[in-house]
Parts: sequence; C-alpha cells; structure tokens
Amino acid sequence: MLSYIARRLLHAIPLLVGVSVIGFGLMHLAPGGPLAVYTLNPTITSQDIDRIRVALGLDQPLHLQYLGWAGGMLTGSWGHTFFGGRPVLTVILERVPATLLLMGSALSLAIVLGLAIGILGAVRRYSLFDYLATTGALVALSFPTFWFGLMAIFLFAVELRWLPTGGMFELGEEGNPLDLLRHLVLPTLVLALVITATWSRYARSSFLEVMHQDYMRTARAKGLRRHEILFRHAFPNAVKPLIALLGVELPFLFSGALVTETIFGWPGMGRLFVDALAMKEYPILMGMVMFTAVFVIVGNLLADVAIALIDPRVRLQ
Amino acid sequence: MTDAPAIAASLATAHESQARRVLKRFVHHHLALVGGCVVLALCLAALFAPAIAPHDPIRLDTSFRFLAPFQNPAYLLGTDELGRDTLSRLLYGGRISLTVGLVAMATTVLTGAVIGIVSGYLGGWVDTVLMRFVDTMLCFPQVFLLLVVAAFVPPTLLSISLIIGLTSWMEVARIVRSEILHLKQQDFVQAARALGAGGGRIMFRELLPNTMAPILVAATLKVAGAVLMESYISYLGYGVQPPLASWGNMLTNAQGYFDTVPWLAILPGVMITCTVMGFNFLGDGLRDALDPRLRMEG
Repeated sequence: MLSYIARRLLHAIPLLVGVSVIGFGLMHLAPGGPLAVYTLNPTITSQDIDRIRVALGLDQPLHLQYLGWAGGMLTGSWGHTFFGGRPVLTVILERVPATLLLMGSALSLAIVLGLAIGILGAVRRYSLFDYLATTGALVALSFPTFWFGLMAIFLFAVELRWLPTGGMFELGEEGNPLDLLRHLVLPTLVLALVITATWSRYARSSFLEVMHQDYMRTARAKGLRRHEILFRHAFPNAVKPLIALLGVELPFLFSGALVTETIFGWPGMGRLFVDALAMKEYPILMGMVMFTAVFVIVGNLLADVAIALIDPRVRLQ
Repeated sequence: MTDAPAIAASLATAHESQARRVLKRFVHHHLALVGGCVVLALCLAALFAPAIAPHDPIRLDTSFRFLAPFQNPAYLLGTDELGRDTLSRLLYGGRISLTVGLVAMATTVLTGAVIGIVSGYLGGWVDTVLMRFVDTMLCFPQVFLLLVVAAFVPPTLLSISLIIGLTSWMEVARIVRSEILHLKQQDFVQAARALGAGGGRIMFRELLPNTMAPILVAATLKVAGAVLMESYISYLGYGVQPPLASWGNMLTNAQGYFDTVPWLAILPGVMITCTVMGFNFLGDGLRDALDPRLRMEG
C-alpha cells in the first residue's frame, strides 16, 4: 500500500510539471498582460511602465521567468501579488476555508440526497418516483448554475426575504455561526443541485448493476431481510464506483464553486480566481492552478486507496 | 429494443407488468423525442432569425424601456434597459449559442477522436505520452482553463468556440481510445492489414466508423456542455461582447435590474435551460438506443 502511494505520488510529478508549463505558457504568451492595466492611467508614462516591468521581472525571457517561478514554488515562496505585493500563498490560503466550507456542505448534502434518490430509484425501478427522479436529474443537469443561483436569490432573498442575497456575514456579525449558516444555505443548495443530479444517476445505475448479481439472488434466497440485502450486501459493492467518481468529479466541483461563489459574493477561491483574472494577476492565477491540481491529484489518490480499503479484492498496482 | 432482453428483465423482476414496460419505453422515447423537437425548433428559429425576428436586435427604442412581456404587441416579450426587443435578441442570441455549441462540439469530437484513435491504435510510448497529456488537462477545472484563455484571447465567435472545444475533448479521447483498444483485436483489422492497408487507412477508414455510436452520443452531450460553457464565460464578461446579443451576456445585463424587472433574467435562462435540456434528452435517448450494454440493464 505504502509503495503504491509513493509510486502514485512520483507519477504526480510529471503531471504537475505539465500543468504548470501549460498554465504558465497560456498566461504569459497571451497578449495584454498585467501591465495593460497601467496603460489606462494617463499619469503613468511609458518609462514608468518599463520600470514596473523590470521590477516585476516581466522583462526576462519566458523560460527564465518560469524557472524562477518554479524554483519559488518548490521552496514555498509562491511569489507576491503584482498589486499590493502580498505573498500569494497567504492570499490563497485565507480563501481556502470559505471554499472548503461551501464545497464540503454542498458535497455532503448532495451525496446523501443523491444516494438516497439513486437507491430508491434502483429499488423501485420504473416506478413513478424513478421516472420523476431520472427525468428531474437530467433537467437539473441542464440548468446553468449561475442562472439557477440568480433565480434562487430572486425568490428567497428578494421576494420572500427569508435569506440574505450573498456574502458570508452581515456587517457587524462577523464570526457569528448562525449568521454564517443563514448565508450558507442558498449557495450550498445551488452548488449541490448539479452534484445531486450526477450522484443520483450514477448511484441508480451502480445499484441496478449490483442488484442483478448472483450473490444478491443468493442473499434473497437465503431469506435475508430486504434492508439487510440492500445495506450489507449491495451497498459496499455499489458504492465503490461512486467513490472513484468522487475523485474524478473534483475539478467539476471547483468549477461549480467558482460560479456559485461569483453569484453569491462568497469570499472563497473561486471569487479570488475571477478577481485575479480581471487584474491579470499571474502569480495568484498560477498559484491557484497549482493548488487545485494538487488537490485533484491527491483526491483521486485518496479515492483509489479508499476503494482498496473497502474491497479486499482490489490490488493496488 | 429487441424482446429477448426485455423478457429476461421481466423474468428477473417478476412483478414487473407489461404496462410498466410499455410506459418505460414510451417515456424514454418520449424524452428523446421531446429533446429532438426542442433542438429542431431552436435550430430553425436560429436559422431563420432574420425572417422571424420582429425587430433589429440592437435597435434602441428609448420610449419603450423595460416593457414587460405581453404588454405591447410590437414587443411581444418586452424590452430591456435600452428599449431593445427581447424576442429578437433571444432569437439572435440563439444563433450565437447554437453556433458556438456546434463549432465547439466539432472541435471537441475531432480532437478527441484523433487523439483517442492514434493513442489506442499505436499504443506504446505514443499512447503513454498522449494519455499523460489527457491526465494533465484533466487536472485543470475546465472553467479555470476556459476563463484563463478567454481572458487573454480577443473574444470572437470562432475563438470562443475553439477555446471551449479545446478544453473539453479529453473525455471523448478516453472513450474512443477504449473502444479502439477493444476493436483493434478483431478480425476485420487483421484482414485489413493482410490486404496491405496502412496505419492511417486502418485507423480512419476501418476503426473510426466502428466507434461512431459512442462518438455520436458524446457529440450530442458535448453540444449541451458547450452551450452551458458559452453562457458561463459570456456571463462572466469574457465571452460574446455587447452589443452582440448572447443568452449569457443578456443575463449579465439583466442582473443589474434584477429586483425590479426579473423577466429580463428569466427569459434568457429559460432559453439556455431548454437548449441544454434538449441536447441532454437527445443524447441520453441516443445512448439508450445505441449502447447494447445499457439496453440490457434498462
């Protein structure tokens, strides 16, 4: 097991190098760039811009910039923001808790709901519930997240005034967990919708596949009770592909969080990314790309390890 | 749908009635049918937008600003903050969304299929390198990659479509590759090789046509994905630029007047949802119809 994890982590190195080269290349080869912001300011002369370019190291050849940046990454200094000069790692890390809170609550809600809907749909296949659930999931997958979010804000915050329109805390209420909870409800529901739909579809087909296996028939023939069959025999087998799905779906979760955070003004990493993009803050953007890539790789690894722990038949190669 | 698997299924779950199965088949086809009709209607509306649209989508009429739907027969679905006709803008926006959706899908399928076929057929280090590349691309959350490129490349219809297409082909490549790995063991490939066919001919004339079913399904679903993506990046301001109407940037505009004139935000969202749903239903139906393994499981 340990050697497997070590090997997987070794494999992650070329992956991360690839991610960094692609990300760095895309950002730095593209026209425009961070200095374009200054050219809009009439009091800044072209000499000033040249000075800023040298100060930020943007005058150097691309490969030197990359090596300098990559060296910094490895030694833990992720560079400083162009505007304000704050350390990138600090800027990113202070946004992580908000995103993890949102993603965590949405994911737990979606997994519970999705599993319940999927299992019920598989058990009562072709029932009215099953039709509604499968059709509903397909409809939910077709909603643009941001539009669904806007509609939720309109209904629950503007019309009914039950919940706040956005942000994390009311002014003066910073740190109040009840206030946080009120702000968390809408973004969680919006982000959870698509994940629930995906999970219910996968859970349904995974359970259907398991329920037609021979050992299930044996269990039924032995006279085991229905819930025993379902939860002791079917569940562990059916849930395996779903754990793999959890790892694979991580990038989508980040994408969804980005959109959700933008609509609700949630001060997480997604907001940071969108703001940094508007300012062409390469150091932040690169830091975030690397951060999510590591997150995705580790997530996939954890999913594979978890599957091996559940199922003794799986040999990690 | 043949009867044999249906009978097997009904034997497996004995209390499943004939009516249920008919209902199931009907609903399944029904959904795909609905999807197909929606897609067809949207395509026709987009194609004939100049003929159907009652107004020029960028013509201003400041004496009729913020008109609600069904108030004025001249502006059936109302007007926006500049007095532009919402119906006409929706129709022209549909042209943009569908164009981007289709061009992006073509890019996705082309890139994914070529990489999948070459990787699966050649194997060895080519396969390793290409699949590593796929893994690398999958480490990026798609919206991140999309936004980074979209923020730097001047937005035109073509560039937006290409960006979306080039950031979403990885799944297709994996599907095609796994099909090829299975297909290339089969006799007809041996036969083709024995007849002296070269690698290119075998890959693109013998193997490619046999992977059409999964490609078709993926392509339909990719149109839905691309329409969604276009609306995301237009909504965030990096996509189709005003005054050109797209459903995404109509929504961005509407957001400013959201609490007073909600219909401006509701209508483009409904259009996006309908379009995406249409393609999703169609793709799902195609998958059910084309994938024999799924047909067994229902």
